[in-house]
Amino acid sequence: MKANDLIELAGRNLRESVLRNSLTTLGIGVGVASLVAMLSLGIGLQQLANRRLERSGLFDTIVVTSRRNFRGFEREQNREGPPPAESRVLDEEARLEMVHLPGVQEATPDIRFISEFRYQDKPHLTMVAGLPPSAKDKDAFDNMQGAFFSGGAAAEAILQIQFADELLGIHQRVGEASSKVNAQTQSLIGKELTLKYAEQVPSPVASEAKPEPVQSRSGSNGHKETSTDTSAPTAMASFSVVPRERKLRIVGITDQEPDGLRGASGARVFVPLQFLQDLHVMAPAGMRDSESSFSNQPTYQSVSVRVKNPDKVEEVQEAVKKMGFNTFSVLDATRSLRRFFAVLDLFLGIFGSLALAVAALGIVNTLVMAILERRREIGIMKAIGASDGDVKKLFFAEAGVMGLFGGMLGVALGWSIGRLINLGTNVYLRRQNLPPEDIWLVPWWLVGGAIAFAIVISMVSGLYPAARAARLDPVQALRYE
Amino acid sequence: MTAKSATRASTIQTDAVCRHYHMGDAVIRAVDGISLEVGAGKFVALLGSSGSGKSSLLNLLAGLDRPTSGAVVVDGRNLAEISSEELSRYRRHSVGMVFQAFNLISTMTVIENVELPMRFAETERGRRLAQAREALQCVGLGARLSHRPSQLSGGEQQRVALARALANGPSLLLADEPTGNLDSRTGSEIMELIHQSNEQFGMTVVLVTHERALAERYAERLIFLADGQVVGDEANTPTFRGAAPTGGGGQR
Repeated sequence: MKANDLIELAGRNLRESVLRNSLTTLGIGVGVASLVAMLSLGIGLQQLANRRLERSGLFDTIVVTSRRNFRGFEREQNREGPPPAESRVLDEEARLEMVHLPGVQEATPDIRFISEFRYQDKPHLTMVAGLPPSAKDKDAFDNMQGAFFSGGAAAEAILQIQFADELLGIHQRVGEASSKVNAQTQSLIGKELTLKYAEQVPSPVASEAKPEPVQSRSGSNGHKETSTDTSAPTAMASFSVVPRERKLRIVGITDQEPDGLRGASGARVFVPLQFLQDLHVMAPAGMRDSESSFSNQPTYQSVSVRVKNPDKVEEVQEAVKKMGFNTFSVLDATRSLRRFFAVLDLFLGIFGSLALAVAALGIVNTLVMAILERRREIGIMKAIGASDGDVKKLFFAEAGVMGLFGGMLGVALGWSIGRLINLGTNVYLRRQNLPPEDIWLVPWWLVGGAIAFAIVISMVSGLYPAARAARLDPVQALRYE
Repeated sequence: MTAKSATRASTIQTDAVCRHYHMGDAVIRAVDGISLEVGAGKFVALLGSSGSGKSSLLNLLAGLDRPTSGAVVVDGRNLAEISSEELSRYRRHSVGMVFQAFNLISTMTVIENVELPMRFAETERGRRLAQAREALQCVGLGARLSHRPSQLSGGEQQRVALARALANGPSLLLADEPTGNLDSRTGSEIMELIHQSNEQFGMTVVLVTHERALAERYAERLIFLADGQVVGDEANTPTFRGAAPTGGGGQR
């Protein structure tokens, strides 16, 4: 029998005892719904976690340091290649090379240094760090007071809340470790903050002068001259250090640490990265590497490489290592996280499948009943030329059609249940003053997969009834009244 | 079904065919060593009281049942030896059956019932519908295609069953007490249609009945069964007025 005839006949037979078959189909629907609801919850939670982690910048970032830098993160790892003293310098050229590696989104130098800030004529010493424009999307700015930098090189600053408290003269509040952004700190936005720093200016003779190691620590923080534009060079062999200051406008206050790898930085004032680079600050790293970088090419203490997809971390990490640098990432953490979610999905899937198993028994029952009821019909069909295979296929098709409808019903039902759970969760989150989250997701593959699974389960359930119907002796069946 | 499409006729040969059933410890010899030959295009009647084994023999000829021993050879093929798949193909393409109880599928309309064997034969849809319509027109039901069997009288139902039996253009038409559930007038109408089909399409017809008069009216040969054995076999000249002279009775 042709497939379309088979499906047509199956549909007709199902319509004949519509109540019983609808109930059976509903049973499958409920089974599929529970499976879909469970799995979509698992998938939704996983996506939520991934989204959070990706935005945290922890899992898509590789920190690259020079092998010359003994303070690298990879103390324990073997260092192949040339000895540290002869390995590559982490300069602009290397950074550009990293940008062009496949899978790399951006590679930004980590510029940070301790500097003096003046607010209402009081000095404050703290760490300042540059932020690339892409940092805007990080979750650290979710609850930020004020706004992100207006431009890539704007003379603006975002303060870490503790520093804001310090500026206001508020002492660390006990019991409020991570103090919430509040009305007091709000008043800081729009105010001016003065950054004092030491600029590294190439001296006119620098280009001709033979590079000599310069190890001078005089300068940056020691001097407190207020000359803003006059170059009063502190004499050096190849470059001068000029004390300068710039006014910054406070645009935002964040209660989280927005920097690349948390905990490792401790910066409390953030300014646009480009702005910071343009200052040509005389930084410790610059001094150490000055022997090889007298040109305008700056060298960096470390570079943060952001990959397009967390999956690419390993690949990019390898590529950067081949370039001759040390790397560090939190890759292993994502691995175990993925394993956790695989196990979670498996468990949710098993629980969801239980209802489907019960529904499968319902199909067996319905079809066995149908055989008893349609005994004579089966006999007639055989008498007029149906083969055992035709009869078997017909019952199979009936099971399959029930599976198909049950699957579709179940997906719709599961989707609604998930929606409801999501809605309930968000109502709860709103009550707790938390932003709404999608903890639930039905991807297309789950829709297709659930329907296909329902059909397969139904057909497997139809195996026994179909075989039994096919075995029916037509002579007996026709005699049966 | 057209006059041209079915000009085949089956020859039947049984050789000491037996069909025994076990009922508890007892063995029921429904068919007990019957040897027969039926020539192509003949109209044969199997007569006997109930339990004589005539229906069991018919089921063996139809390929619905397999003999316990012996051979049933139709058109040179021993039905006892072919696979069940081949047997269903034989039923589909060579055999048309009409039953006492009509055996229409109650959930299907008239035309769907007639179409069903052609579905199994995988006849293309358009042709299937045309043939079913034509077969129903032949039995005088061309106007009741979308009725359900329950909406028809017994005679009409049996006509639908006949149309279904003829749908695939069989070379062998088997009728098991086709008039058993009908009054004599509608019974005669059915018998006339069967007779006509035999005349028109030339297929072999085996009629099972316990009414000798009916058999004498249409059959060219009467075979009497009792206790699963042939107890009489005689040629007969059909008395039906429309009967054309066919030149002779049974072969034995």
